[in-house]
Amino acid sequence: MKISISKIIIFSFTIFLLLVFWQGLKKDNNYDTENLIGSRISSFQLIEINNNDQYISEEDLKKNKFTLINFFASWCAPCRTEHKYLLNLSNKNKKIKIIGINFKDKKKNAINFLNELGNPYNFVGKDINGKISILFGIYGIPESILVDSDLTVIKKIVGPIDKVQYNEILELVQ
Amino acid sequence: MLSNIGIGLVILILALSFLIISIAYYDSKTSKQVIKKSIYKLSLLQTTFTILSFFTLIIGFINSDFSLINVYENSHTTKPLFYKIAGTWGNHEGSLLLWVNILVIFSYLFLVFNHTHNKKFRLYTLIFQNILIIGFLFFLLLNSNPFNLIYPIPLEGLGLNPILQDPALAVHPPLLYIGFVGCSIYFSAAMASLISGYGGKLFAQSIKTWVKISWCFQTLGIIVGSIWAYYELGWGGFWFWDPVENASLLPWFAITALMHSLIVLEKRNTLYAWVIILCLLTFILSVTGTFLVRSGILNSVHTFASDPSRGIYILSFLSLMIFSSLIVFFMKYKKETYNFNLKSRETFILVNNWFMIFFLVTILIGMLYPIFLDVLTNVKISVGPPFFNIIIIPLVVPLLFLMAIGPNFSWINSRNKIFYKALFIVLGSVAINVFILYFFGRYSLMSNLIFVSAIFLILYSLLDIKKFFNKKLKFGLSRIISHLSFGFLIFFIGINHQFSIEEDFNLKVGDIKKISSYEINFEEITMKEKKNYKVAIGSFKLTNLKNDMVQYLNPEIRIYSNPETLTYEAAIKTKITSDLYLTMSNISRSDFYNIKFQNKPFMIWIWISALMIAVGGFIQLNLKKNED
Repeated sequence: MKISISKIIIFSFTIFLLLVFWQGLKKDNNYDTENLIGSRISSFQLIEINNNDQYISEEDLKKNKFTLINFFASWCAPCRTEHKYLLNLSNKNKKIKIIGINFKDKKKNAINFLNELGNPYNFVGKDINGKISILFGIYGIPESILVDSDLTVIKKIVGPIDKVQYNEILELVQ
Repeated sequence: MLSNIGIGLVILILALSFLIISIAYYDSKTSKQVIKKSIYKLSLLQTTFTILSFFTLIIGFINSDFSLINVYENSHTTKPLFYKIAGTWGNHEGSLLLWVNILVIFSYLFLVFNHTHNKKFRLYTLIFQNILIIGFLFFLLLNSNPFNLIYPIPLEGLGLNPILQDPALAVHPPLLYIGFVGCSIYFSAAMASLISGYGGKLFAQSIKTWVKISWCFQTLGIIVGSIWAYYELGWGGFWFWDPVENASLLPWFAITALMHSLIVLEKRNTLYAWVIILCLLTFILSVTGTFLVRSGILNSVHTFASDPSRGIYILSFLSLMIFSSLIVFFMKYKKETYNFNLKSRETFILVNNWFMIFFLVTILIGMLYPIFLDVLTNVKISVGPPFFNIIIIPLVVPLLFLMAIGPNFSWINSRNKIFYKALFIVLGSVAINVFILYFFGRYSLMSNLIFVSAIFLILYSLLDIKKFFNKKLKFGLSRIISHLSFGFLIFFIGINHQFSIEEDFNLKVGDIKKISSYEINFEEITMKEKKNYKVAIGSFKLTNLKNDMVQYLNPEIRIYSNPETLTYEAAIKTKITSDLYLTMSNISRSDFYNIKFQNKPFMIWIWISALMIAVGGFIQLNLKKNED
């Protein structure tokens, strides 16, 4: 077999591809974002759902002792089950501020959702195409991230918040 | 008991593979013109054992023999018989056994049906196919054995994922496997052809039928999967550019390209090297798809309980396949000179290939980019519909035009007459499009182009059909049907996309809601016990205010106990002109139910057109001679 540039390129590309696959296999927790705990959240800019001129960024979170970032949508049935815990948190605990990120939703539906069930959020941001949520490492909703004033993630909840997790959050913010 | 029989059979198949390889090798060295009788016999024996091993597993499932881990994990005594049987291939281990079955059966059939072809070529094909068989048998025995035992024997099984308990899904895997694993035979044949030097026209004839068979089954398998997603998943769509759907499209594009260039190889005895590349590529992509789905690198509705050791095995096997085919190809590759006239059919077929490869590369990039990014930089992204829509849809327009014109060119060189005819039909399509635009509403420039090009293909193909019957031609019908149906498919998808109504809202029993021209009345909800699940059935009365037509829709929420899962069954009323689609999901601690209502025009025609594409292929399978 004669060696030529094109052959070398094809072989090296194939080897590269297979190596990437191999490395990919080694990352066993591919879609598990639990390992975000301890890392700092990246910078973001979140626009208010009702008012396009109003927005917050990571700088605003530094003012809060604790911030719970909750991802929700009106079409998401489990989001409704966790809602009462969010309401409890916002009523009972002053140390914690809750930010809602409305994930791939219609504005009208989201507002109806909050009118119907109550609004536990200090700020509701919109994420119509789901891009901001990707920044936070979200792969399905509901999900919630608890960060402290350093913007470090101290807890991450995949799926709806239940009683156990609710108590854990309360313990963490004590 | 069953376990011993099963494992015994698998070991026998493995031994037979080794035996066949060695006898075939020695036989290829002799000067005799015919293949030894013993090879046929051994191959038949191997096929029988393979089918028996599969039946052994099916019996395990039918009798709910929970001493087999596989049956324990994927079945349950209360499951209906049909799904007990379908459970056999609804899991990783069982489907691997099905995979081996298809490898072996195709190997035998190829040997028997190609008796007019060169002996060496056939023997080498058999050898390569058996190497593949050995590879997968080792995988089965060492890593994914469906006959593994469990002790103590559990009294009850864990059950099959309820979302998989659907008739469409029971036939979806076997269809796809015949399609994807069937490609193995011309992978082996291509390797054999390179080594034995048996190429050109005769090679094309030897693999033609097999390419068509696997193309038909792949097409059908993909459609059935899509039908399942529409009826079962309750998302109201039929294609989501989900990584696994994409994985199934990759080999499909390669095989579609192959099917077309094979015609050129057969008629004009050129493009040999390209055909070989496509033969190798199709099966390599099938295995790549399997790797991506089974290793857990990609996550989606198709995720089998993933296991990294499985991934490593498939990956090593894949690397071996890729490197050996690359090395053999480069060793034997001879430069060909192409001499195509611009206005000839072969040029258009080549253009088809460029399109297919473009689509293939686009989807490959969309699939692999997130994996690359994750591995190299730890950033997680997902590539979704916008990416594919932006890149793929614009190119569908020229493809549709070329699909109409291309087949009307004659081989070698054609006259300009076709262009005048085409111009005329373009004007007709524009007129029809303007008509739709005027009466049914506005849409974007891109949609306009899609409609015009789809209508163009439809009109052109209809004229072809007329010509076909007037001149009483004997060939080309299958091609016309497939192309025509593709035109209809794109047309109906376009209409469906433009004129769908979709609304999401919450209702409680007794509420009435108005959406465009429909009034939805949520009358009641009833609970029922079924054999293997409990079900809450909603009764909705739908009144079309335009013509006072009343319809009743009954979406369900099913509560399965083994394993405990909720599934939402959409209520779908299919009519000739549109589908009414209603799903309901419960909202806990509330009397409200979340309702998703959709009115999707011409859904049934999307399925019919898609199925007709495959039917075109099956017609071609039945026409042995005189095919163009």
